[in-house]
Amino acid sequence: MSGGRIVAAVLAPHPPHLVYAENPPQNEPRAECGWEELRMGYERLRRALEPLRPEVLVVLSPHWQTYIGTHFLGVPRFESLSVDPVFPNLFRYRYALDVDVPLAEAICARAEAAGLVTKMMRNPDFRVDYGTLVSCHLTRPAWDLPVVGISSCRATAYYGADVMQEQALALGRATREAIEASGKRCVLLASNSLSHRHFTTEPAIPEDMSQERITSHAQYLWDMHVLDLLRSGQTRRLWGEMRELVEQAVAEADAGALSWLLAATEFPDAPCEIYAYGSVIGTGNAVAAWLEPAPGAAEEATP
Amino acid sequence: MNEALPLGLIVPGLPHPLLCPERNPGWQSVRAGFDAAARLVAATSPDLLLLYATQWPSVIGHQIQARPVAEWTHVDELFHDLGSIPYRLKMDASYASAFRDAAHARGLHARTVDHHGFPIDTGSVVALRLLDPDGRLPACIVSSNVYSDRAETVVLAKAAADALREQGKRAVAVMVMTLSNRFFTDFIAPEEDRIHSAKDDEYNRKLLELLASGRLEDAAQLSREIQRQIRVKKVVNFKPLWFMSALMGPHNRYEGSVHAYAPIHGAGAAVVSLAPSSRGVGLKEFDEEDVEAYLGDRGVVASAGKPRRLTEAPPEAATATADDVAPSRRACDGPGARLGPRSVAPPSAAASLASFGASTSMGGGVGDSGSGSGSGSGSGSGSESGSVPDSVSAPGSGSVSASAPVSAPDPASDLRGGPIVAAAAPRPVGAYPHARRVGELLYLSGIGPRDPVSDAIPGGPVRDPSGAPLDYDIEAQTEAVIANVRAVLEAAGSSLARVVDVTAFLIDMDRDFAGYNRVYARHFTSVGATRTTLAVSALPTPIAVEFKVVALAGDAR
Repeated sequence: MSGGRIVAAVLAPHPPHLVYAENPPQNEPRAECGWEELRMGYERLRRALEPLRPEVLVVLSPHWQTYIGTHFLGVPRFESLSVDPVFPNLFRYRYALDVDVPLAEAICARAEAAGLVTKMMRNPDFRVDYGTLVSCHLTRPAWDLPVVGISSCRATAYYGADVMQEQALALGRATREAIEASGKRCVLLASNSLSHRHFTTEPAIPEDMSQERITSHAQYLWDMHVLDLLRSGQTRRLWGEMRELVEQAVAEADAGALSWLLAATEFPDAPCEIYAYGSVIGTGNAVAAWLEPAPGAAEEATP
Repeated sequence: MNEALPLGLIVPGLPHPLLCPERNPGWQSVRAGFDAAARLVAATSPDLLLLYATQWPSVIGHQIQARPVAEWTHVDELFHDLGSIPYRLKMDASYASAFRDAAHARGLHARTVDHHGFPIDTGSVVALRLLDPDGRLPACIVSSNVYSDRAETVVLAKAAADALREQGKRAVAVMVMTLSNRFFTDFIAPEEDRIHSAKDDEYNRKLLELLASGRLEDAAQLSREIQRQIRVKKVVNFKPLWFMSALMGPHNRYEGSVHAYAPIHGAGAAVVSLAPSSRGVGLKEFDEEDVEAYLGDRGVVASAGKPRRLTEAPPEAATATADDVAPSRRACDGPGARLGPRSVAPPSAAASLASFGASTSMGGGVGDSGSGSGSGSGSGSGSESGSVPDSVSAPGSGSVSASAPVSAPDPASDLRGGPIVAAAAPRPVGAYPHARRVGELLYLSGIGPRDPVSDAIPGGPVRDPSGAPLDYDIEAQTEAVIANVRAVLEAAGSSLARVVDVTAFLIDMDRDFAGYNRVYARHFTSVGATRTTLAVSALPTPIAVEFKVVALAGDAR
C-alpha cells in the first residue's frame, strides 16, 4: 500500500469547556453558551477538513501521561464514560471510538526502531483520556473515523524540554513514515493549548463569559508570538524557541504534541491557518492547521 | 495527644503490591507492609480513612470525593499491562461536606465531587483496597492542587481536622506517596528493580530515619529539600508531609514504624505508620509559620503595581500613587473579582491612619480624650449606637480639618506587623486573623467566648445541635470574651488598657444586656473606651456575645 499522507496537521486544544458549551448528547452537564470564538473556529476547521476526505485521526494527548516511554492505544474499540478529574462539573462524556490498531502498531514499531521506548496499550478496561476525547470530538463530532491515540511521554519532567524535543522529533518522523506506508489519509491532532496558566477559581456559572480572559499580559504576548510564527510559517524558529515557551508560558507544549506535529510535517514553511484564538479559564488556546490542497483544487483553479 | 487522628500512614500509590506482589521480593515486602498497616487500621477502629491523593491533581481549588459508593474498574495509565483493578469504595459524604465547609471557612476554594464514573486515582484505589480489604470503612479523598504550596496545604489539613472535630469522628490519615519518585525510563524485568540512584536511596533512608523516630514535623519542614533532591517535578512541590503534619499535629512526638521500604520500578516505596505519643524528640526544630487561615491569593500571576508593556524598561523609581493599585482594585470591583488578583492594602486604611496620626501628633489620642467614658458606661443600646460614631470621628477629623499638617502615609508602615493570630485565643472560624495592625492601631476581628484549648463555650451554648434553645450564663460568656480579647491584644503587644473602641453584639438584648454590662464595667470602666452595643439575630456559633475591638498598638506613643 502506498500514497498515505498527512492531509492536515492541526493544533487542536482540548478544553472540556468547549464540549460542555456545545451540549452534545454524549455529555451530561448542560451549558447555556460559552467560548463561542473557539467553538466557531473548530466549526470552520471541520468544514475545511471535509473535502480532504480524511480516514484516520492521529492524536497525541498531554492527558495520557506516561513516564516510561510512549504508549499507543491498542484495542480496536473503546466504549465507556469519561469524567474529567479536574472539571468533573463540566465533562462527563459517554464515548465510543474505534482505534486503527494496525496504524498504531506501525507507528509504535517505527518509533521503537528509531530508539524510543514504546508500548502498546492492550487493556480493554482502559479509559481513554479526556484530552484525546475532546480534541477528537471537536474535530470530528460524528466519531466516524478511527483514531490512533498516542500518550505523552513526560521527558520534559524527567530531563527537560530539550530531550522532549529530540524524542518528539523521532516520534514525528516515525509517525510520518508509518502513515506514508499505510496508504491512509490522516489528520494529525496536537492536543494542546498555548500558554497554560489557569485561574484557580471559576465563576458560579462556568460559561459566564464576562469573567473569561487570559491570565496575564505576558501569557498573551507569548500566545501572539506563537501565532505570528505559525502564520508566517516560521516553524523552525518556533522549534528553537520551544524551551522558552514551555518555561515562560507554562505552555502545554511541554507534553511534546506541538513538537511532534512540526516534526511529522517536516517543519512546514507555509502559513498556518488560524481558525480561532481564545482563553479558557485563563489559558491561551488556538485552533490552527496546515491543510494540504483539497483533491482537485489545483485543477479547478487552473483557467 | 490528637484523639481525632490516632494513626497516620504513608503508603505508595503504585499498583504492583496489589496486582503482582509475587513478581519481586521487594514488591512482596511492600505488600506485607500494607498488610501490617491494615492490621493497625483495624485495631484503631476509625470512623474513616482520610486520604491525601498526590495522584489526583486539581486546578480549581481543592476537590473532595463525596460519592457515597464509588464503583468502577480502574486501569493505571502507565502500568496498564499489570491488569485491571475493580473497586467498590465507600465514601463518607457527610464528612466530605463538612471538610469542604471547613475549607471555605479558612479561606480556601473547595468543592465536593459526586459523579458516577469519576476516575479515582490509582494511588487512592490501591491504598483503600489494601488498607481496608473488606471495604468496611468509609473514606474521604482530597485532591492535591497543582498551584498550592505549603501555606495552603497546611490550612487545608487544618480544615480537615476542623471537620473531624465538628463531627466528633476519628480518622486514620493516609498519605499516598512515594519517597523518591524517579522511575526507570525504560521497561525493566521485575528482578532488575532497584532504587533509581544511590542518591535517591540515601535521601529515602534519611527521610525514613526521621519518620521512624517520630519526627514528623522535622520531615515535613524538609519537604522542599526532598523535592529538590529526589523528586521528579510532576507537581509544584512535595506536599503530603505538610498535610500530614498539619493534620495530626506539627510536632515530633510520634511513635514511628517503617513497615517496608523497597523499589518499585526505581521509585522509593515505603509503608510507614505514625501514632501520637507522649515520647519523641519534642517540639519542632524548625520555625516555619504555623498558618491558621489562608489569607493569600492563588492568583499566581498577580502583579503589584501599575502594569507596563513588557518591552518597556522598568521605571527608574517606584513612587506609589493611587493609580498604582487601581488595576487590581478594578479587578476586584466587578464580577471578575473571583478571577483577578486581590488588592492587598484596604483603600480606607491610609485615610484612617492619616486622620488618627494627625490627632496624636497634637497630643490628644482617642484613648486619652475621655469622651468615651460616658458612653462606655451607658446603659442602653439606643444611646450608645447614636453616640459612638461622633465620639470616635470627632477628635481625629476635627484635628485634621483644623490645621494639623497631614503627611502622606507610608504604605509600608501601614501594614507593619501584618495579620496577628494569637495562640492563646480561640481559633478563627473563618478566613481572618485575630487582629491586624494598621499604623498605630490594632483592629481585632470579632472575638467570642470559646475556650482556646477545648473550644467549649464558657457559660454554655445558646442552642443544642438540633437548634433547640438552651439556658446559658451571659456573665460567664462575657468574661470569656474579654479574656480572649485580652489574649489577642497581648499577643499583639498591646493590652486591655489600650482599647479605644468596642462594638458588642448580643443575640438577646432584653435578656442579656444587664449581665453583660456588669461584667463589662468591671474591666472597662477605667479604660474609657467608647462602646456600641447592638442586638443581632444570631452569631456564627452558638454564642450570645461577641466583641469587635479597636486598640492602640503596643508601641503607640
